Amino acid sequence: MQKLLLLGDEAIAQGAIDAGLSGIYAYPGTPSTEILEYVERNQEAKQKGVKYQWAANEKTAVEMAMGMSYAGKRSMACMKHVGLNVAADPFMNSTITGANGGFIVVVADDPSMHSSQNEQDSRFYGKFAMMPIFEPSSQQEAYDLVHYAYNLSEKYSIPVMFRITTRLAHSRAGVMRRKTKDQNEFKLPANLRQYVLLPSFARQRYSELLEKQDDLEKESVSSGVNQYHDAADKSLGIIACGLAYNYLLENFEDQVVPHPVLKLSQYPVPTKLVKTLYDECDEILVLEDGYPLVEELLKGLLDHGKKVKGRLDGTIPRQGELNSNIVAQSLNIDEKFGSEIPGIMVNRPPSFCPGCSHIDSYVALNEALTGYSEGRIMSDIGCYTLAALPPFQTINSCVDMGASITMAKGLADAGEVPAVAVIGDSTFTHSGITGLLDAVNDNSPITVLILDNETTGMTGGQPSAALGKIEKICMGVGVEEDHIRVLTPLKKYHEENVKAIKEELEYKGVSVIIPRRECIQTIGSKLKAKAAQKEAENKTSVESHIN
Amino acid sequence: MKKDIILAGVGGQGILSIATVLGYIAVKKELNLKQSEVHGMSQRGGDVSSHLRISDKTIASDLIPKGKADMIISVEPLESLRYLPWLSADGWIIVNETPFKNVPNYPDVDKIHELIKSQPQHILLDAENLAKKAGTIRSANMVILGASSPFLSFEDELYEEAMNAIFGKKGEAIVQKNIKAFYSGKEIASQSILQ
Ligand SMILES: Cc1ncc(C[n+]2csc(CCOP(=O)(O)OP(=O)(O)O)c2C)c(N)n1
Repeated sequence: MQKLLLLGDEAIAQGAIDAGLSGIYAYPGTPSTEILEYVERNQEAKQKGVKYQWAANEKTAVEMAMGMSYAGKRSMACMKHVGLNVAADPFMNSTITGANGGFIVVVADDPSMHSSQNEQDSRFYGKFAMMPIFEPSSQQEAYDLVHYAYNLSEKYSIPVMFRITTRLAHSRAGVMRRKTKDQNEFKLPANLRQYVLLPSFARQRYSELLEKQDDLEKESVSSGVNQYHDAADKSLGIIACGLAYNYLLENFEDQVVPHPVLKLSQYPVPTKLVKTLYDECDEILVLEDGYPLVEELLKGLLDHGKKVKGRLDGTIPRQGELNSNIVAQSLNIDEKFGSEIPGIMVNRPPSFCPGCSHIDSYVALNEALTGYSEGRIMSDIGCYTLAALPPFQTINSCVDMGASITMAKGLADAGEVPAVAVIGDSTFTHSGITGLLDAVNDNSPITVLILDNETTGMTGGQPSAALGKIEKICMGVGVEEDHIRVLTPLKKYHEENVKAIKEELEYKGVSVIIPRRECIQTIGSKLKAKAAQKEAENKTSVESHIN
Repeated sequence: MKKDIILAGVGGQGILSIATVLGYIAVKKELNLKQSEVHGMSQRGGDVSSHLRISDKTIASDLIPKGKADMIISVEPLESLRYLPWLSADGWIIVNETPFKNVPNYPDVDKIHELIKSQPQHILLDAENLAKKAGTIRSANMVILGASSPFLSFEDELYEEAMNAIFGKKGEAIVQKNIKAFYSGKEIASQSILQ
């Protein structure tokens, strides 16, 4: 079979396509975005009619995937870690309903917060929902595990979580493909009340979920995914979860570790294997790229057993991404680094692209706000959050998708009038609409700027669910038509834009201002695509002449 | 055979194209490869780096450990210094001398050049000028790739094949300019090694 060079994200997508995927749903979010993007441009997926959709948010993505699984088809939902907070409701209930067709939820964590607001470890969610978790350590393993995970999901009628981190998601390596599997036939659940979580049904389903746990743990022990590697030096036993296994191997000549190692990539935690390691070795070191989940389990509240080292006792730093140097330090391996970064080094903070429409929007907003005291701009997550940095340094919040509108409402309730919300178009349809409804229902004196660059810019320009719909949505929610103002954020309209914003700031109810101009990056990529197409056409016309 | 390479630059300077060319060659030669990319904020003028590991044995970590890089290839002078802790004692640093100044406090360029020259094994070259001579300033990244080629001992034909495959959709003229840029970088590096 063919070897492909794939990102971890892409390996999961290819694995799913080859394992008979029927539908994939996602909301973009670094580092998970490339999974659906791969399916989107994959020719085989197209031929096989694999359904894909950028969802309005992660909750709708999980629910659509759940509907596909209900129909007996293999489905996948993908998101970044904080997206799982948004999808937590269907996620938690999905293990109670169980799955019909194989159902995988892929969650990409971001330890060290390379591009996120926290570094939460999704394995806790998996454990919370009593869902089996896979934590691949390589692109190949990610690919292979998708096949196994779908089988497991169908065997036990339970959704399965894939937990990856930035490093695997965005690292490329060779992946060997396997034989492909056809899509499942359409087949509704044998029990048509399986997904009805009325309390009386749900109690029954929940006890079934509890009963499955022993078998799921047995799978973790015997599937071969978790591997016990024995070795002579039993002064230390090492548990290495997911990618941590690579960082461990990196430190030894020919990748031979002198201590017994439990490579952990499938959960629930295989107690039997952990116990063997614990009994055999004097001390235990737990290596996890994330929160100390396994370490906490092993240590327990009272920590009465053998010495367990890891993030909790300071052997490994409590926060941040793991790497082989940190692992070396925890093993007292001597290392020689290169020279230090010279003192003259400066950082290059990200900034608005030259020509970005958000620049003109903020210049106008800031001018319209002169005369008002500082601290009243609640903002949100997207490219426009860059206004927190110089030269603007103007926004006062960025918490979670959609929070700008609701926080502004709360701020207005507390007496700060006018309160301003600044939110992007994709963020607005992700989680802003319901908050706007709250504000309208209370006739709250807030001014909401929906910065419409007609794309999901921050994550690389995926389509925006809001495209062409924002005014209608706002009207539908109940914003007065006279207080929905569409502006063109360009220098030449600066004066009239400032005037419009000022007028709405003075209005004592909900107003929505929509500065609309396409993202400079998506314009650029469209032009590039056009040029490439032209080049291709030229080529074929030349070739047809030769023929 | 094992080469650990750090690619550095600023968003938009084409360091991922360098990675793609080397990746293509590694696959052709049936070598193992791991290449970690930096995504996210890089599009917006931030610094970009990529760890590229090529080996005939299995590669464990996706990241190169500090002190183990055989080479830093940088399309921008200041950025090359950011990764010095990763460079091994006998590693090479191959750098384009033209600064990309998008921050107000960009350090003194002469000082940066001095620091690069103080590295025991360095090649500092005017990649943009060479690229311009080859036909387009946009191929400065391929000049730098060329300058790194004497240390990698892959066949020139493979580089040409890779550039054909990767830039082919932009047209034959672009491919040729990139190939020319590659050789001009290679020549400079070969001369410096002899000195
Ligand atoms: C719950 C959640 N999902 C996804 C993300 C990732 N994310 C951050 S910004 C962003 C795009 C925002 O797009 P838009 O609101 O249109 O603003 P733009 O970047 O285009 O200015 C996304 C998807 C996130 N931070 N949180």
